[in-house]
Amino acid sequence: MKTENQKAWLFVLPVLLLVAFNALIPIMTVVNYSVQETFGDNLFFWEGLGWFEQILRSDRFHSALGRQFLFTFLILIIEVPLGIIIALSMPKKGIWVPVCLVTMALPMLIPWNVVGAMWNIFTLPDIGLLGYFINNTLGIEYNMTRSPIAAWITIVTMDVWHWTSLVVLLSYAGLVSIPDAYYQAAKIDGASPWKVFRYIQLPKMKTVLTIAILLRFMDSFNIYTEPFVLTGGGPGNSTTLLSIDLVKIALGQFDLGPAAAMSLIYFAITLLVSWLFYTLMTKDDAK
Amino acid sequence: MSKRSIIPILYILFLMLPIYWLVAMSFKTTNEILSGFSLFPQTFTLENYKVIFTDPSWYWGYINSIIYVSLNTVISITVALPAAYAFSRYSFLGDKTLFFWLLTNRMAPAAVFALPFFQLYSSVGLFDTHLAVALAHCLFNIPLAVWILEGFMGGVPKELDETAYVDGYSFPRFFVTIFLPTIKAGVGVAAFFCFMFSWVELLLAKTLTAVAAKPIAATMTKTASSAGYELGLLAAAGTLTIIPGAIVIYFVRNYIAKGFALGRV
Repeated sequence: MKTENQKAWLFVLPVLLLVAFNALIPIMTVVNYSVQETFGDNLFFWEGLGWFEQILRSDRFHSALGRQFLFTFLILIIEVPLGIIIALSMPKKGIWVPVCLVTMALPMLIPWNVVGAMWNIFTLPDIGLLGYFINNTLGIEYNMTRSPIAAWITIVTMDVWHWTSLVVLLSYAGLVSIPDAYYQAAKIDGASPWKVFRYIQLPKMKTVLTIAILLRFMDSFNIYTEPFVLTGGGPGNSTTLLSIDLVKIALGQFDLGPAAAMSLIYFAITLLVSWLFYTLMTKDDAK
Repeated sequence: MSKRSIIPILYILFLMLPIYWLVAMSFKTTNEILSGFSLFPQTFTLENYKVIFTDPSWYWGYINSIIYVSLNTVISITVALPAAYAFSRYSFLGDKTLFFWLLTNRMAPAAVFALPFFQLYSSVGLFDTHLAVALAHCLFNIPLAVWILEGFMGGVPKELDETAYVDGYSFPRFFVTIFLPTIKAGVGVAAFFCFMFSWVELLLAKTLTAVAAKPIAATMTKTASSAGYELGLLAAAGTLTIIPGAIVIYFVRNYIAKGFALGRV
């Protein structure tokens, strides 16, 4: 039981001030832009909700949003099961545990634009290891600057390479917290491996998996740097995800009003999905 | 060696391949890279690394990155410690709302914040300083640090606090001499994640700097486009950005998995 103590606010105050400085002021700036029109010279005119309407009705936004959902869906459907399978087959103790953990965590510590650049040189058709192998050894035409399908496969593979380890590490942390007695009991009952997974391992991993899926959702939905460096949104607009489109509008065309309205819609969608998922996953715990 | 260990082995192999390619390329001359495919460097060269270590515009990128990443880690942990303590020990008006609000800041796309951040930090005169990047990265690192630390602190029984007070410890003395050593694994994990997310983030770091505090990752994109397409140099710089992360991860290897498991959403 926690003690009620309003002075605890003093402990939270520094965090509150720092985060508020970084979060509230910029978000208010965005809100401010989103309802105004400018013709330069710092002259602004009241625009009301016009930009929001324009964005919500624009085909460009719909298709970017569609691509974004497709990307995030593919990421979750591949990384989560793959991460669980790898975590299940990892050693529980011994000298290989730190080796696995260190090597698996390595991709997550590489700056995001280096990840993009690295995959770029890895997949170049003539001189990249993967590109050369697919084109010349397997004899399959693969060039992500020409084919949208190849570009999609590449960005999804890159993200799987980059972030599956997060799911692995979290699932693994959940798995090692299961006491041996549970497994012994299952063995005595003659439970099949699937039953062990379904009734012992999966429930124990639920909390960490919730965190993993939530983090993977937020980060893949907001992804910008890696696909931007790798494909630049191309060929055509085929890999222009939401953030890439947003930056194009905001910094490329300098259409601050529409860009701001789009930012807020974007943020609202992320919040809504995260909140729905979080509420669904923790509903049973509350009972 | 059991049959199922084939899965982690294959996975690690898959993870290492692109990294191998980057490292192999960094030891090739740009000519060799462009002239055709070779699995190993034919004419092994350290020329690319020499350029980076002798040209200030390159190596200052590293120093800048390390400065703001360290600064961010110190700031995040320092302010997150008391806050996490408050969340784990006391209930106060609006505590749950506040906790969730903190977490929502991790959900904001950095692309949304780039322009307003530029204006905000320009107007307070911090543009192009290490402090600006360090403070900006607090947006997503402080919530994460509070979350992880709160998880670790929740695992420490309250009796520890109470016994210390009965023994006449003041709060600051208790916190520093008894409580901190108890949760030092948590502090390590939180520091690791702050380091990691600050080190890999580029969009905000690039937006908030021009010359004096420019991160290495940004130096890379610029040199790659201005001096033609110097793949060897790019690969060498990329390889060097992996090293700090690898060192840090080695030190906290036993805690990384635990860190997330103990946190709560």
